[in-house]
Amino acid sequence: MSDLALPEKPAAASGRRPWLSLTGRFALALAATIIAVAVFGPWLTPHDPNAMDLTARLDGPSAAHWLGTDHLGRDILSRLFVGARVSLGSVAVTLSLILALGIGIGGAAGFLGGRTDQVIMRCADVFLTFPTLVLALFMVGMLGTGLVNVVIAIALSHWAWYARIVRGIVLSLKHRDFILASRLAGTGRLRIFWTHLLPATMSQLVVLATLDIGHIMLHVSGLSFLGLGIAAPTAEWGVMLNDARQFVWTEPHLMIWPGLALFISVMAFNLLGDAIRDRLDPHLRMEHAH
Amino acid sequence: MTLLSARGVSRIYRTFSLVGASRAKRVLEDVSLDIHAGETVALLGRSGCGKSTLARLLTGLERPDAGEILFGRRSLASLGKEEMRSFRQAVQMVFQDSIGAVDPRSTVAAIVSEPLRRLVGIDGEDCRRAVAGLLRRVGLDPAEADKLPAQMSGGQLQRVCIARALAPRPKLIILDEAVSNLDLNLQIQMLDLFQTLRRETGVAYLFVTHDLRLVERFCSRVIVMDDGRVREEAEISRPLELSSPAGRALRAAVLPAMPMRV
Amino acid sequence: MTSRCLEISGLTVRTMCDGRERELVSGVDLALEGGEVLALVGASGSGKSMTCAAALDVLPPGTWRAGGTVELDGQVRTAREVRGAYVATILQNPRSAFNPVRTMRSHAHETLRALGMGRSGRNARVEAAMIDAGLEDVPRILALHPFEMSGGMLQRMMVALALMSEAPFLFADEPTTDLDLIVQREILDLLERLKKTRGLGILLVTHDMGVVARLADRVAVMDAGRIVETGPVMDVFHRPAHPTTRRLVDAHLSLYPTLSPAEPAT
Repeated sequence: MSDLALPEKPAAASGRRPWLSLTGRFALALAATIIAVAVFGPWLTPHDPNAMDLTARLDGPSAAHWLGTDHLGRDILSRLFVGARVSLGSVAVTLSLILALGIGIGGAAGFLGGRTDQVIMRCADVFLTFPTLVLALFMVGMLGTGLVNVVIAIALSHWAWYARIVRGIVLSLKHRDFILASRLAGTGRLRIFWTHLLPATMSQLVVLATLDIGHIMLHVSGLSFLGLGIAAPTAEWGVMLNDARQFVWTEPHLMIWPGLALFISVMAFNLLGDAIRDRLDPHLRMEHAH
Repeated sequence: MTLLSARGVSRIYRTFSLVGASRAKRVLEDVSLDIHAGETVALLGRSGCGKSTLARLLTGLERPDAGEILFGRRSLASLGKEEMRSFRQAVQMVFQDSIGAVDPRSTVAAIVSEPLRRLVGIDGEDCRRAVAGLLRRVGLDPAEADKLPAQMSGGQLQRVCIARALAPRPKLIILDEAVSNLDLNLQIQMLDLFQTLRRETGVAYLFVTHDLRLVERFCSRVIVMDDGRVREEAEISRPLELSSPAGRALRAAVLPAMPMRV
Repeated sequence: MTSRCLEISGLTVRTMCDGRERELVSGVDLALEGGEVLALVGASGSGKSMTCAAALDVLPPGTWRAGGTVELDGQVRTAREVRGAYVATILQNPRSAFNPVRTMRSHAHETLRALGMGRSGRNARVEAAMIDAGLEDVPRILALHPFEMSGGMLQRMMVALALMSEAPFLFADEPTTDLDLIVQREILDLLERLKKTRGLGILLVTHDMGVVARLADRVAVMDAGRIVETGPVMDVFHRPAHPTTRRLVDAHLSLYPTLSPAEPAT
């Protein structure tokens, strides 16, 4: 073994470098706050998000309504809090669906190989070509509007990316000696997949998923804005933006708050995804390891 | 007693290309051999002669395209699930590249206990004790059990792999160039370890190598392969006399013991 | 070729380990002359490859050169000046040293471009180097990709690329460890021939005393980052002074059961 190829000291003996960069930690704090708001939102709201007060329509910020009220006199801050729950909730469901499909189908393709792999991956290629919006319009046209259909549409147009990554990693690892050694140790194929192959894909999946959180959030809100997803009375950021659209010239702040909430959330998760990728990228990790 | 044998085994690798015609390469051609209980057989040949492929066929990791591998009297292809388990228990293998042969995410304890849990069926505290015993046996401190592969040197990691192979108390261990990546001191330490283990457990070895010096030191019988075929079988004598052209070429390639210049 | 001398002095390499600085190579001095083979031997982890890499400033990330100079014929040179132009390198694993999607021709041209050589005369130099490295069928081999070649051929190509630079010195880091013994012998024969015909000064990093016995003129023994013994190959084999050296020689000779350790070489 050349000393050059294998560092002479254990690679795991890392320095005092923090796990995440400064930006990463900032993004993590921001994302954690947003998630906390989503979880505890209903208990934090100063007002009932759906209580109308037609005497206080389109008010500016005040002591009672910190961010003002909308065209039906509802408290904007309360609606933002509750909206976070809807947005993140739908993201969580969508991502779980995407991961289940991606890992299951991609793993099967990579692990079984041969013709099965060919057939599965050609199907995946078809799904890769569907733009989310077109697929969502199609689904909504067929099945009617609603959050469930939007979630399914987003999941269907995204799983193939995850499947490709899982398949690629499984394919590159399954003939490696440590997998053969596991077979010699009597471990069954399914267990080899769960204990040795899937963990190897995790770092890449986590990065992709974190980066996709913001992306999916935009899709949910965007489709709701178009009136395809969540319907009007529900407090959701896309719905709020749509409501605010008619007052864009007279009361621009109505649009600014949900827009800002969306912008900050998407940015937080994207920065977090970047930071995690920097950390888990094998090439970068090599440099940190010494 | 014959432990494991190959009967007229052939193996063809096909490479597929995008534009139709696939090329077939015959890597093993009508190979037969027997390995008896407790003996140490060398499988000697140049790289690319098919010896590693043969090792994979003998462990059941790949299937022959013709001929059969016999475990005792039964063909590997005909073994049921339980019989396969006892075959796995009886025949283990140590790979050349120890770093590639362990999951980088598993601890040493997890690596060594995998065959214990799957093949022997012990778990929990028993398993932990057995791992400690195995690590001691290959000359490692049981305290290393919690380490990850990246925290160990190549030589230590190869010991972990040997401990894993020993775990199910096999009757035969196939050593596929298992010492070739180590420096000479470590190679000799490993061979001494294998010899000690043979004395203690009566395990047989198939020692796959290209290094004739190690064969002379370690084995009782040698099978010379070249170009996918068995060219010669001989008992070990000192110095080792080989008559086939392939054997003689390997003999001639042995480096001098002492510098020849003045 | 004029006889040149490459002198490495006080070479030190450090790294961070568990938050502390650790020395991997400590004050190594080596002198290599044209037309000789100096073997740098030691167990894995003794710092021999690190020494090579440090002299050329191609250390792996996380390690750095904390001291030492490289002199060429008495003149201090930077690693940048030395690398390629005066010292060519061949490595243990030739397969990983080549770009898998590019042909040998493209590798050869890249090497010559890096040396600042113009288009004219390129082909002649490539052909001469390849024939010298034992690759006779030049046009066919230039069209090959790495995966179409054997390990031995790739190592010859590495040597050919090294020769193209016409550098007077060659650092060979475990050049035959990954090859089978028959190919190993061919490559060692090749290196010996190049030493004689081209007056190449070779620094041979190895752990195999058989390779040393075959090829080396002088030997430097490393242990834990230091040179513990340097001497002519005959002395090192017959009168090893340092315990590390003795251990290396004894382990090596134990593989030759028909030869008693005290037996003099013929």
